[in-house]
Amino acid sequence: MEMMLLLFVLVLSIFLGFELINKVPSTLHTPLMSGANAISGITLVGAILSSGGDSSSITIVLGTIAVFLASLNVVGGYLVTNRMLRMFKKK
Amino acid sequence: MILEAFQNNTFINLSYILASVLFIFGLKMLSSPDTAQRGNFVSSLGMLLAVVVTLLSKEIVSFQFILIGLIGGGAVGAIAAIRIKMTSMPELVALLNGFGGASSLLVASAELFALTTSNLVAMIAIGIATIIGGVTFSGSLIAFGKLSEIMPGKPYLFIGQKILTGLVILLLLLLLFQFCSGIFFAEILFGFDWINPQYALILLIALSLLLGILLAIPIGGADMPVIIALLNSYSGLAACAAGFVIGNNVLIVAGSLVGASGLILTNIMCKAMNRSLLNVLFGGFGATDSSSSSGEGKVQGDVKPINIADSYLILEAASSVLIVPGYGMAVSQAQHSVRELGELLQDNGCEVKYAIHPVAGRMPGHMNVLLAEANVSYDVLVEPQDVNPIMDTIDVCIVIGANDVVNPDAREDESSPIYGMPVIEVDRAKTVFVLKRSMASGFAGIENSLFFKQNTRMLFGDAKESVSGLVSEFKS
Repeated sequence: MEMMLLLFVLVLSIFLGFELINKVPSTLHTPLMSGANAISGITLVGAILSSGGDSSSITIVLGTIAVFLASLNVVGGYLVTNRMLRMFKKK
Repeated sequence: MILEAFQNNTFINLSYILASVLFIFGLKMLSSPDTAQRGNFVSSLGMLLAVVVTLLSKEIVSFQFILIGLIGGGAVGAIAAIRIKMTSMPELVALLNGFGGASSLLVASAELFALTTSNLVAMIAIGIATIIGGVTFSGSLIAFGKLSEIMPGKPYLFIGQKILTGLVILLLLLLLFQFCSGIFFAEILFGFDWINPQYALILLIALSLLLGILLAIPIGGADMPVIIALLNSYSGLAACAAGFVIGNNVLIVAGSLVGASGLILTNIMCKAMNRSLLNVLFGGFGATDSSSSSGEGKVQGDVKPINIADSYLILEAASSVLIVPGYGMAVSQAQHSVRELGELLQDNGCEVKYAIHPVAGRMPGHMNVLLAEANVSYDVLVEPQDVNPIMDTIDVCIVIGANDVVNPDAREDESSPIYGMPVIEVDRAKTVFVLKRSMASGFAGIENSLFFKQNTRMLFGDAKESVSGLVSEFKS
């Protein structure tokens, strides 16, 4: 049953995503992409649970590498998006 | 006492819901220029919230490795984001996509080793997260290599490539089935006896990495915007699949939002080239320049070069100018000089607009980022469909390092490989200046009949030097 709930959430979120962003001015294509990419770093949550959990050392090692890569993705993604958006000005 | 309240599962899940809401608002705000910067901030708050409540979770027993990863990765990410040059933005975006994918792959693999009981649903999720994550990772690394010119940017094709790709996909599906069900085809067929899921996982990773490479190497430079947008979508889907592995809604919501936004961008890019996604992925566009022969017979007339002094005289008399930048502007880093020229023209009483084709450059929105860096106001940037109807009224079009996106053959020559692609119809303006290094054809390897038109003047040389030359003419 839990599986069905997750699937339910998946399908609704995909539709929500399409509705949310269906019209983007091309000015924002790059920031939207890098901003969305930062959000995909949410996998960091899963990485933290693997890295700090009470489990085998291989899980901890893999989890820690995942934490490293996901934080790189999250921090780099948000900062670089912010840096770009700061430049978009209307005069 | 208080800590226990925060460790409560209900509290954690409510926080995840709030984080998802922040992501949704953030993305919504990112799609409008006035709110975009706040949107990015809102979405980063969502991320912070999700990470903090996860750290509070009771499942976490040791923090030392998490902190090493968080601080190390965060520091590298921050340095990269601050140091990166705006012209190198496509490479960074490609690399970050890849790291996101790799992280999801690792989360899925870590979870396999943590799995105590065999669980079909978990195995399917682990298998899918591994495949998408692996393809995203190796595909992004290839894209990074091509964009940063570590690798040649031309499409790389070999005989039997499509067959090999198809074979790898088939093998992956068989392996995924085996991985999930424990039924091993080779065992039935040949009597092999090794169905250890860990081995299967390693094979699965290897094959997904191979598939990512196979999918990315045939992509040429001009098609890069499509593949970057697609990999962006994959990185979201990988996070989504990782969400199924650990049964966490916030990963599924955030991941599918990113997957959807990446797909929308991919679709916009494909439409801008009048090609289907399959054609971009497997077409190997521009691998050979044999395609140019098809148009050769129709290209007539002489190329008419012009010097800076004469171009200045024409620009000085113009009352409307349209600047059309392309990848060449990024290569010669001419954006600041271009902005200066635009301002001088405006001071001269001329109306200046910038026409930007969606696939100009190497990633979606590449030109917009460079012009924003040079401090060009975003409301003077126009899209092809807005400027084409008024093209006849424009005195001078200045094409700076753009080629295929201004090729009139897309409208006129049915035999041209880019026939039907929506282009910026600069040849309809009264005069066209083409700033170009030499007469070499564009990335798609197609002759451009624009260069031979009656109203076209070629200003040969480095784009930045030519534009700077015009700027100093205006100043003197």
